[in-house]
Amino acid sequence: MGYLDGFRITLKQMWGERVTNEYPDEKRPKPDRFHGRHVLNRYEDGMEKCIGCELCAGVCPARCIYVRGADNPPDDPVSPGERYGFVYEINYLRCIHCDLCVEACPTEAITESKLFEFSFTDRQDAIYTKAELVVGDDGHPQKLPWEDWRPGDEERTSAWVRATAPSGSAAYEGRVGWSAELGFGVRAPEKGQTAESDRASAAKSGSRATATAAKSTSSSSRKRR
Amino acid sequence: MGDPLYADGIDATVLLIVAGKVLVVFAFLMVSVLFMVWFERKVISDMQSRIGPNRAGPWGLLQTLADGIKLFFKEDLLPDQADRRIFHLAPYLSIVPAFLAFAVVPFGGTITIAGHRTHLQLADPPIGVLFLLAVSSVAVYGVMLAGWSSGSKYPLLGSVRASAQMVSYEAAMSLAIAAVVLTTGSLSTRAIVEAQEGYRWNLWVLGVVPFVVYLIAATAETNRPPFDLVEAEQELVGGFHTEYSSISFALFFLAEFMNTVTVSAIAVTLFLGGPNGPSIGFLPDLWPVVWFMGKLLIFLFVYVWFRATLPRFRYDQLMDLGWKKLIPLALYWLLLIAALRVGRDEGWNVYVILGVGVAAAAVLWAGLSAALRQGDSVKATT
Repeated sequence: MGYLDGFRITLKQMWGERVTNEYPDEKRPKPDRFHGRHVLNRYEDGMEKCIGCELCAGVCPARCIYVRGADNPPDDPVSPGERYGFVYEINYLRCIHCDLCVEACPTEAITESKLFEFSFTDRQDAIYTKAELVVGDDGHPQKLPWEDWRPGDEERTSAWVRATAPSGSAAYEGRVGWSAELGFGVRAPEKGQTAESDRASAAKSGSRATATAAKSTSSSSRKRR
Repeated sequence: MGDPLYADGIDATVLLIVAGKVLVVFAFLMVSVLFMVWFERKVISDMQSRIGPNRAGPWGLLQTLADGIKLFFKEDLLPDQADRRIFHLAPYLSIVPAFLAFAVVPFGGTITIAGHRTHLQLADPPIGVLFLLAVSSVAVYGVMLAGWSSGSKYPLLGSVRASAQMVSYEAAMSLAIAAVVLTTGSLSTRAIVEAQEGYRWNLWVLGVVPFVVYLIAATAETNRPPFDLVEAEQELVGGFHTEYSSISFALFFLAEFMNTVTVSAIAVTLFLGGPNGPSIGFLPDLWPVVWFMGKLLIFLFVYVWFRATLPRFRYDQLMDLGWKKLIPLALYWLLLIAALRVGRDEGWNVYVILGVGVAAAAVLWAGLSAALRQGDSVKATT
């Protein structure tokens, strides 16, 4: 009916389904690789993973990270290497949660949790210092009073770095390419990746998996050329 | 004629009753604006598969109140280039006519208060309809002066659009109302309502056309979508009230929604028999008010429906619709109704009149479209 069709449609919509998600009352499950508040991880023995190399600060497009490294005190080392992150600050008024710092980190020290519900009443409070970022002695991120942690927010905090392991292939298979973490040990492999134990059984059942891996490597190297 | 309240002189009680009616109308308009904003937001979000305001109060009913309180506590800014006095005057020029226009709308029957019979209507002047037209024309000044005194380009553009649009559609609206006045033979709103007693509503007595013309013209008069070029956000920021903040902005906002309510109330009065309707047993004084509100609500819903459905007109489309379609149509219809009236008084054959009318319509339509084509070709060559 020409002009009047629109009126029928809008009227019909009144009884249709609502797409609104009533946010604070009901929350959508977050995706696996959600980028939220950062976490500074530690090794199983409690040593900090950060070595104060400042690569995260260098790669940060928002310039929100400030790192100053210092030599490890020989009698009481903070990290296994020569140096450690002496000062580590992230300004969350600037951070865009792009995860580039996580990709740049050579020791998997910095990862992102899925927490995004935190707010401040003061600019100074938006700057997280190392004391707030480093995981607690149980290996879990510190749950600060102004943060709204939900179950599962810390589950796969370092998923990104695992998924983009060698040559950027998401379907990387062969081995778990990350170190053990305080409180979690060696984290379980991602989908498409195989743990050491699985690899042994896979090798027994034939070399198909290895063949696919080889194929994907060759195709990506062709692209590079 | 006129309100029986003043029949036996004016004393203190009469003055008190009038003051009470003023208060009731004022309160009704304020509450209706609160309601209308909420209603519009709710209905439009229903039509857009959303939920709409639901935080403040039950079903978000108090959302408008919260917004209003927030607005009143904000800083009132004055642009450097603004004409100080007129800048502050404009919002009041906009809101006062919105209140005044409602004064002549009958929203109920005749009741008895403290031994005095009185209409449920603030005022029933014998020139009620003229008063309506006059007051709604004054409202243009509010918009016009607001844009001009802001000393800023977007408000000025918005207000120029507004005045051109309101003046254009005022003509079509007046012709539609003239048809009503012609059949009733009175300018008093109460008399117009009484003439529609027994479902002889002007809506069908006049043959729908004046009603449709009024509905479209009224939408344009109140600058509501799809005629909201005055505040086309994509082009003009906020239109004429871009530079306004705080209370002054709240007043414009109030006036806009109040105008919607008022215009709907006038439509109910002129075309849908105002508070007429079946009275069901108990509380006979209450039912007319209920019918009036019900009809008003339908109109408000239609306005929201328009907004949810129709995209904004382009400026030339707006002017084309006003000048080349609505005004000729309303004018022709007025003449046809006049001819039928005269024919009834003179005892002419109705069918002959209708036949001549249709023939005249064909000739006029052909002439008009030929003239418009001519105009277009002239425009194309120059």
